[in-house]
Amino acid sequence: MSKLSRRKLITTGLTVTAGASGLVAAAKLAKRYGLIPPDSGGIYGPGETLTYATQRLLTRHSLAREFSRSQISKNPFANEVAPLGEDFKRFQLGAFTDWRVAVDGMVARPASFSLAELKGFPRRGHITMIQCEEGWSYIAEWTGVALSHVLERVGALPQARYVVYRSIQTDWWESIDMADALHPQTLLTYEMNGGELPVGFGGPLRMRVSRQLGYKSVKYITRLTMTDNLKQFGKGLGSASPEGGYAWFAGA
Amino acid sequence: MAEAQHLRHSRLVRVTHWVITFAFLALLVSGLEIVVSHPRFYWGETGNVNTPLLFKIPIPSSRNMVPTGYGYVLPDQNGWSRYLHFQSAWVLVLIGLLYGVAGLLNGHFRRNLLPALSDISPKSLAGSILEHLRFKRPSAEEAWSYNLLQRLAYLLVIFVLFPMIIWTGLAMSPSFVSVVPAAVNVLGGQQSARTLHFFLTGALVLFLLVHVFMVFLTGFRSRMRAMITGRPAEPLERV
Repeated sequence: MSKLSRRKLITTGLTVTAGASGLVAAAKLAKRYGLIPPDSGGIYGPGETLTYATQRLLTRHSLAREFSRSQISKNPFANEVAPLGEDFKRFQLGAFTDWRVAVDGMVARPASFSLAELKGFPRRGHITMIQCEEGWSYIAEWTGVALSHVLERVGALPQARYVVYRSIQTDWWESIDMADALHPQTLLTYEMNGGELPVGFGGPLRMRVSRQLGYKSVKYITRLTMTDNLKQFGKGLGSASPEGGYAWFAGA
Repeated sequence: MAEAQHLRHSRLVRVTHWVITFAFLALLVSGLEIVVSHPRFYWGETGNVNTPLLFKIPIPSSRNMVPTGYGYVLPDQNGWSRYLHFQSAWVLVLIGLLYGVAGLLNGHFRRNLLPALSDISPKSLAGSILEHLRFKRPSAEEAWSYNLLQRLAYLLVIFVLFPMIIWTGLAMSPSFVSVVPAAVNVLGGQQSARTLHFFLTGALVLFLLVHVFMVFLTGFRSRMRAMITGRPAEPLERV
């Protein structure tokens, strides 16, 4: 180790300094272009930021793979959900006619839509795969209204950067960036495989984010909030997933 | 470069070897942990507990919806496992690229790993396999080079298994395949990619076991020292 010369120390120091300032500059740029995920703190922050930034540079407009009718899974699997409370059962007894979705936050005209109103908006659908982070999957046809259409109706403000969406199950809430919120395949779905969306699969209303894993497709949607800052929601990590130890961005 | 002549392994090879070792171990542990949440494997596009399976691993699961035959459910560890898996994957891919590009440019692959053309014959291959089967300790000069089977194994790991496991990993990402659908389509579907990813893990673990066994067989201390400090075995030690 006697070979560790002064010159070597100086060049190493300069390299480290240059590298560090390069990283700081990259971080600033990434922040400006919205490439930093809300769960970028902590020991897994660097990997998560690399993943999200790379995905956003690559996948801003790409479409999830769509399948043919014959590829629809004959035996889809409805994952277990926490017991649905009395509130939900009351809506269910009324055939969900009273179910409403509130849209608020950074919008020009906050509103609340009933299921019937949502069904009156232009219908959109796709046959896509839903993958669970556990490893299993199925293909189904999802029909509903494009989230972008709902956001357009309430006059989403241009400075809004995320949509926070909440479920009647208060411990399951999520958020997506505008690339996913305005994505043509992102739907508020009320039908599956041509029939009513079954409760087990998220009925009466499920957010369907086609390019991310199943846990971003939250069931029983009751409220959408547009925001430019995720820090004010929950623990400020973007959604319930990072609070439970799971990544906010689930495209990987 | 003058320094490199009396070193068994260049500094780049040593540093990337150990960084990739730790990244691989982190990937292995987190990957197996993720498998525990659904220890069933399928072929084709989709698969779940309602569909026929290719095979299952007879272990308990961390999810109670998976029928395993065990009366209990393991704790869910997928959150940190997934975070760690992808962070380690970034390290492995970036450092692996550094090693691969440098190895192509500075002739490391050509000089140290590519077998001589004359060596690639059924006879010499059979000879090399036989020597390994007899657990024959290599000669002193072999500590300065790689034998035929060793070269072929390293080339297979570097140019086939690692690229394939990275590819099958990416093929499972719904976001990635929205840009490159062919990455999953040519594998026969997303569940096929997952199953192949698992098989490739098995192949890499087999390599790791044999590799470590060979390090012990040929002299643990000298081989470890060569890969850590770059200085090779001293003849005195090899009594």
